[in-house]
Amino acid sequence: MDDFKELFFIECDELLEALASGLRKIEESVATANQPATIDIETVHAIFRAVHSVKGGAAAFGMKDLVTFAHRFETVLDEIRSDILTADTKVMAILHRCSDFLADLVAATRQDIAANSVQMEELLGELDTLISQDEEESFSFVPIGLDLVEQGSEASTTLPRNSYRIRFAPDADLYRTGNEPAALFQALQKLGEMTLTPDLSALPVLSEWSLSQPKLAWVIDLASDHSEDAIWSVFEFVEGCCSLKIEPLADPAAEIPDPSQEGDNIIALPIAAQSASNPTAKLDSKPETEQGTTIRVNLDRVDRLMNMIGELVIKEAMLSQVIETVGLAENLDVAAGLDGIRQLADEIQDSVMAIRAQPLKLVFQRMHRILREASDMTGKPARLITLGEQTEVDKTMIERLVEPLTHMIRNSVDHGLEDALTRERRGKPHIGTVTLSAAHRSGRVQIELSDDGGGIDRGLVRKLAEERGLIAQGATLSPAEIDQLLFLPGFSSKQEVSAISGRGVGLDVVRREIMALGGRVMIHSTEGQGTTFSIALPLTLAVLEGMLIQLCDQTMVLPITSIQETLRPTPASLHGIGLTGRAVANRGDLIPIIDLGLSFGLRSERSPLETGVLIVVETDSHKRAALHVDGIIDQRQVVIKSLEENYGRVSGVSAATILGDGNIALIIDPEEIVLSSAADGARSHKLMMNG
Amino acid sequence: MSRRILAIDDSPTMRGLVARTLREAGFEVYLASDGVEGIGCLVDADPDLIITDVNMPRLDGFGVIEAVRSCGSHSAVPILVLTTESGADLKARARKAGATGWIVKPFDDEELISVIDKVLTR
Repeated sequence: MDDFKELFFIECDELLEALASGLRKIEESVATANQPATIDIETVHAIFRAVHSVKGGAAAFGMKDLVTFAHRFETVLDEIRSDILTADTKVMAILHRCSDFLADLVAATRQDIAANSVQMEELLGELDTLISQDEEESFSFVPIGLDLVEQGSEASTTLPRNSYRIRFAPDADLYRTGNEPAALFQALQKLGEMTLTPDLSALPVLSEWSLSQPKLAWVIDLASDHSEDAIWSVFEFVEGCCSLKIEPLADPAAEIPDPSQEGDNIIALPIAAQSASNPTAKLDSKPETEQGTTIRVNLDRVDRLMNMIGELVIKEAMLSQVIETVGLAENLDVAAGLDGIRQLADEIQDSVMAIRAQPLKLVFQRMHRILREASDMTGKPARLITLGEQTEVDKTMIERLVEPLTHMIRNSVDHGLEDALTRERRGKPHIGTVTLSAAHRSGRVQIELSDDGGGIDRGLVRKLAEERGLIAQGATLSPAEIDQLLFLPGFSSKQEVSAISGRGVGLDVVRREIMALGGRVMIHSTEGQGTTFSIALPLTLAVLEGMLIQLCDQTMVLPITSIQETLRPTPASLHGIGLTGRAVANRGDLIPIIDLGLSFGLRSERSPLETGVLIVVETDSHKRAALHVDGIIDQRQVVIKSLEENYGRVSGVSAATILGDGNIALIIDPEEIVLSSAADGARSHKLMMNG
Repeated sequence: MSRRILAIDDSPTMRGLVARTLREAGFEVYLASDGVEGIGCLVDADPDLIITDVNMPRLDGFGVIEAVRSCGSHSAVPILVLTTESGADLKARARKAGATGWIVKPFDDEELISVIDKVLTR
């Protein structure tokens, strides 16, 4: 039953989404029309169906609150549907709130926690004001029963020809499947004259009665002009769940071919043929259900598949290494075979990624509500435009994007948009616009959230950062660097903590969550014109394009996305800074050098810069550093294996992978390396360079 | 009081046919377009008999049977499975799931009523 409950809740998610998007669609047509809007009736039907289905499912599971609320809700929707109620802006506002609350109610029911009864009463009251009295109860499952005259048993007036004795003893299964001996007797009665005698001989004493072992049996004498087959067919559904004996009683009447029986057959054929044409009609109506071509698959199974493909990629790498070792690599047939496998593995990987991919629509749609709430609470009129909803990303990412985006939307309304008066003064449209867009860009997913607000007040940001000791008094900072301050832990640009976005969560948490997804956040702001946050995300969490590097006797992986360039430094380009600091001059910049071997404690002395390679990486905070490694081995896709899950968190390492030779390589987290080295030596560079 | 039948089928044609036949035979008919909807209106409809299609979006006929059989208030309601297959496999599966009986499509009005008569007292 729990499975079905879960199914119901999954269904609810879809229904609620359909409800929300349907309401939005109606709202648009209400907003654009001056006189009573012509509302797309299909949309109204769809949202009614959605609420109705929520109610339906809830009723089956005895979720009372949900049923009550959805019932009242759908009553109102039904009135709109039947043109009794006009959907004006006031009605739409109530419906929106009801839609939001219904979602809350479903969520509460799902988690088995009490609903907000105050809010529920309030909304029920508001819904009541919309319901015209006589319309109550006029909808749903309309029973159109016709009380025709009961079909009598006048058919059994033909003369009995044969007599049968039927011994019938039901098993527990007969009852379990909803069969009812009385119904069978009723059907038998239609075949002729019947005498029914209960056989109580097997009944145990009352104390030993058990539902799982029914002992009640019957002996039925039937005088019928039907064949024995007709009797058997009455018991068709209970065959195997009862003991049944049918024996003809000695009766002189001979078996005479039964004309009525044959007649039945003759009539039955054309009717059967006629109704056989129905499947055509059924096919025609098929497009009504859009879900026909999809199946639900447990995510675990897909994950397992993904893992196995990870293994496949590793095995393939191992195989190619072995082939190399035994000197077969030059063999054209072997090489071609290997290439084929590699290509297949790639394709399988892409296909599985496509299975896991889901449109960002699932997250974006939820943001409308967040925006509405934020707009209500701040009193700033705002609207959300979503673009590129169909852009697909990994399912895990969909779920983990909800929190950060929620916070960013609130942040945009609360801090980004100006209040209505200020907007008017600045000659901007009364309603603020927040745009959420997504697109695929060179192997990454780019999500942008922009507002048409006042932009970042850099003077204020600077002042606050100084007050909080986040930067030194009077430090030289570029506008971009000031904007970056917003991402620092403990920064809040509002003087007082606001009720909406100031829930103890800052943009620093947003950035951390995006980084945990392998992505990065950037911020651009133009004074007076608004702010744009850009989030770049990898397409999948399972594989990573990496550069294999040599470090002491270790092979390690650097994510290609963070690498800017590689350098072989000339002595002239190297500069010593302070006692231990070193930097390399590159395109007019001095980039601090980090000795990775030292960072990981793989050696105690720093290695001479004349050997090895410098890899310039850029962190999300636009800090650059040159990582000094012993050499570059290769660039390839690696399968990410969580280290935290299997071992524990290691500073400077984001995960691990298995190489073709079976060895484990750690995947370096450049962000952490740069930050931690900045914390101990590199900060002095910065100061010295600034001074 | 006439008996109530809940018919669940995703095909509007099939729903219409079944509904017409049943109404003509004096039943009060409730319709649902798939399993979830069917289970949904179980309490509202409070049927004396359920007739369900097998292949439906969202929740199929077997799902309907299992859900009904595990739903306290209506677990004993007879359920007829409407199916295009007549194989022993399907019957065994239906029986195992807890179906009361089955009707093989296509069927005519008389067949439908006579099958109902085997599982529903009137």
